[in-house]
Amino acid sequence: MTRAALLVLADGRFPAGGHAHSGGAEAAVKAGRITDAASLEEFCRGRLHTAGLVSAALAAAAALGLDPVELDEAAEARTPSPALRTAARRLGRQMMRAARATWPHPELDALARLFPKGAHQPVVLGVAARAAGLGPADAAYCSAYESVSGAATATVRLLSLDPFDATGVLARLAPELDRVALAAADAARRAVDEGVDALPARSAPLLEIGAEAHAAWAVRLFAS
Amino acid sequence: MTSAGVRATARIAATADGRGGTALPVLEGEGPIALRRTRAAGSEARVMLVGAMSGPLGGDHFTVEATAHEGARLHVGSAAATIALPGQAKGAARYDVRLTVADGAELHWLPEQLISACDSELQVGTRVELAAGARLVLREEQVLGRAGEGPGRLTSRLSVRRAGRLLLDQELACGPGAPGGWDGPAVLAGHRSVGQLAVVKPEFEREMPRAALLGEFAAITPLAGPGLLVTAVAPDARHLRRVLDEAARTLG
Repeated sequence: MTRAALLVLADGRFPAGGHAHSGGAEAAVKAGRITDAASLEEFCRGRLHTAGLVSAALAAAAALGLDPVELDEAAEARTPSPALRTAARRLGRQMMRAARATWPHPELDALARLFPKGAHQPVVLGVAARAAGLGPADAAYCSAYESVSGAATATVRLLSLDPFDATGVLARLAPELDRVALAAADAARRAVDEGVDALPARSAPLLEIGAEAHAAWAVRLFAS
Repeated sequence: MTSAGVRATARIAATADGRGGTALPVLEGEGPIALRRTRAAGSEARVMLVGAMSGPLGGDHFTVEATAHEGARLHVGSAAATIALPGQAKGAARYDVRLTVADGAELHWLPEQLISACDSELQVGTRVELAAGARLVLREEQVLGRAGEGPGRLTSRLSVRRAGRLLLDQELACGPGAPGGWDGPAVLAGHRSVGQLAVVKPEFEREMPRAALLGEFAAITPLAGPGLLVTAVAPDARHLRRVLDEAARTLG
C-alpha cells in the first residue's frame, strides 16, 4: 500500500461530488442553530460522533471486505430520512465513478453492477480504499474527516465565516476524530465475527429532521 | 446493602383465542416488573406494565419479552413513566425489550416516558422481530432529567428486523459522559425530550405515506421497507407527546 493514496482519496478536490453537500449545515444555519465558529464546532462534534462514526464504521467494514450488500442494508436502516438516503446513494454513485477511474479493481466493478443507482457512499468509499490498497483504519479516517470537513467548508460559504476559523474548528476536532476513526475500525473488525449489528448505529435526530426540511425547500445552495 | 443489582425478566405471550379475541397464555412479571391484564378493547388484549419499585437503578438488569403469535392483537402500555435512577450498585443499569410479532399479528407497544434522572446511567436495548405480515406501532420517549435537574447518562438503541431484513437501527446517546455534541445543533440542541414512533404494516408495501414535517422539530420519514419512523425533539414530555399523538392521528 501507499500512504499517499489516502491523501488522494481524502482530498477535498477528489472528484466525488462532496462539495455539493453541506452535511446538514445549510439546514442548521437557516434554523439559526449554526451562527458562528463556536456553534459550527458543536455541530461538527455532534455530527462526528453520530453520522460520522456510523459512516466511518461502514467504510472500515467495506475496506475489510465485508459483504457490501449487507453493509448497504445496514446503512439504509441507520438512515431514516429518505432525503439522506437519496443523497448517500447519489454520492456513492459519484464516488464509484471517480474511484473506478482512479483505482480500477474488479470489486469496484462488481459493486457498481450490484447497485446501478449507487450504493451508500461510505460502502463505496470503503471498497475504493481497498482498491487503492488502503486499510480499514484509513477508510475510517477518510470517512470521519469527510463527515465534518464538508459541513465546515459549506458554512464558510453560508455564513461568510472566516476560512481560518473553519479550519481551526477542524483542527480542534482532530483528537476526537482520531478516537472516532479508531473506534470505527475496531467495530468493523468485530463485525467480521459478530456480523454487521456490531457496527454503531448512533443517530442525530436534528440531522434527520433538518434533512427533510431542507429537501422541501424550493431554492437551496447545497444538495443536502 | 447489595452490591449486585436486581435481575428480572417479565414475559408476555398473546395468541388468537379462536373466538375473535386474544388470549394471554403467558403473563409473568418478576421482581420489580408486574404485569396486569386490563380491559380488552374488541379483539385486542391489553397489558399494563406496573413498576412495583422505582428503578431501574444502577446495576439492575430488567428484561421484558413480548410475543404476539399468529392472529393475536396485543396492546402494551405502562402505568407510569419509568425513571432511571442512580443506585448503590456500581455500573450502568440495563433495560432490554424483546418484541416478536408473527404473521397476521399486531403489537402496539406504547409505554409511558423513560426519564433519565440526574446521575443515573442506563442502557436500553429494544429489539423487534417482525414476520412479513406483522403489524407494529411502537413509541419510545426519553426525557432528559426530572423537573429542574440535569439528565443522567442514557444510551438507547432500537432495531427492527422484518422478514429477516434489517429495517431500522438507531441509537441515541446523551447525558454527561456521552460522546461530544449530543446537546449541540446537530443532535438535540438543548431539547430535553426526544421520541420516536415506529409504524410497520404490510399495507405500506402497496402505498407508503410520504415524508412530511410536523413543525420544525419533528418529521415523518418512510423507511427503506414497509415502515416509517416519526422522530421528534421537544422542550418537554408534554410537547413531545402532543407531536407524537398528532403523527399517530395523521398516520391513521
